Amino acid sequence: MDDLKDIVLKYVTEEYLEADSDPITFETPLISGGIVDSFSMVSLKRFLENKYNIQIPDDRATPEAFDSVNRIAVLVREFVKA
Amino acid sequence: MAYSDKVRGIYEAQLQGIRDAGIFKQERYIHSPQAADIEVEFPAGAALKKVINMCANNYLGLSSHPDVVRAAHEGLDARGYGMSSVRFICGTQDIHRELERRLTEFLGTEDTLLFPSCMDANAGVFEAILTKDDVMISDRLVHASLVDGIRLCSAMHDTFKHSDMAHLENKLQLHADKRFKVVITDGVFSMDGDAAKLDECVALCEKYDAMLLVDDSHASGFIGKTGRGTHERCGVMGKIDVITTTFGKALGGASGGCVSGRKELVEMCRQKARPYLFSNTIAPVVVAGVLKVMEILSASTERRDKLERNAAHWRKGLTEAGFVLKEGDTPIVPVMLFNAKLSQDFSKALYDEGVYAMGFFFPVVPQGQARIRTQLSAGHETHHLDKALDAFVKVGKKYDILGKSKQEIIEKFGM
Repeated sequence: MDDLKDIVLKYVTEEYLEADSDPITFETPLISGGIVDSFSMVSLKRFLENKYNIQIPDDRATPEAFDSVNRIAVLVREFVKA
Repeated sequence: MAYSDKVRGIYEAQLQGIRDAGIFKQERYIHSPQAADIEVEFPAGAALKKVINMCANNYLGLSSHPDVVRAAHEGLDARGYGMSSVRFICGTQDIHRELERRLTEFLGTEDTLLFPSCMDANAGVFEAILTKDDVMISDRLVHASLVDGIRLCSAMHDTFKHSDMAHLENKLQLHADKRFKVVITDGVFSMDGDAAKLDECVALCEKYDAMLLVDDSHASGFIGKTGRGTHERCGVMGKIDVITTTFGKALGGASGGCVSGRKELVEMCRQKARPYLFSNTIAPVVVAGVLKVMEILSASTERRDKLERNAAHWRKGLTEAGFVLKEGDTPIVPVMLFNAKLSQDFSKALYDEGVYAMGFFFPVVPQGQARIRTQLSAGHETHHLDKALDAFVKVGKKYDILGKSKQEIIEKFGM
């Protein structure tokens, strides 16, 4: 699980950023920063669920919970433990 | 009074914010029929000015074609002005069904249903054929009307990078567990003028058992050897499950649109699509006009051939003059300026030179990709294009962008 944040960062970079975009960090605001729109959150949620064999309920998959790689890692770890 | 001074003030402030951001839209009043040469009042109250129209969707030059106008007159006399009904109560005339048959034949599909507009077709089609057990996977640059239709549907939604087939394939794999998967794309993308890779989309849809929906509004009537659309160009006639398109552009330019495709899907729209069920039927006069358009297009490819020649001539002229263009071979030719203010100033200067072409900038196009979008028509003659090119060159020299690269233009004007 140590590389969870790296995996998410890599996915977000490949999935949502254009080739000439500025790189993002673990703290970069993804939703509120306009990098990931609410439509596209779906693929991120599904990617996490498939990758870590978890189910994130819709009421937990909020724009706030997905707003940075750090926050996503917290959320994923909670469900992996459960 | 519910509409208090406070409420009014809030709206006034919002409108001022739009003005301050330089994105306040103003209409230009045209005092003539739609054509290559138009008479325009702009700004409001100004004397009329004759200009060459380089920004209409009048691709085939049929908006004011005498045969179409005559057919519309005859339709008006024979079937009346309005129907005062939605289609399924008492708003379907014989000519509505006749037009659906003609469109089915022209597009090479199984059945067709008319809508008041293609915006309505796109707003209604997804909710009519999909449920929460399904997924819609759309190109990230699809038209706003498709985005709205997707939002109105309970199915899951995901996107793929513009025309990136490897990314689309990833998404089809990611959503393999869904009951139905529908891939959604424009045929020709309205802002960039590039065409979708429909042959590759079809192959992926067949491989992953997905349906394909194409909005061909900027293609129907002129893309492909006989103008059937992007599916003809890509050699996949009969393999698109749903085509939506408009009569408001090449096909006469009045109004109306349709959903055309697999007969069960079309029938589901007839039963369930809300813009079809709860909005008025297309006026008989418009139906009569579009029927004449279909007759003209079925008889000859002359107009789409001329449009193709015009587009090639225009693109060659701009390229040789040293403008930066978006790559492509459709009648949508975007002249890239990158800077939003430059796009507005350039458009105004063109107008002063007698050419009507609009500047587009964020959020209509991505940040830093402002442009003048030019659109060709079969109604343009060589003298129109030569005169318009002279104006572009004159304004291009004024701003010193001819022969300059993207980087050089951005360095000079900013993004």
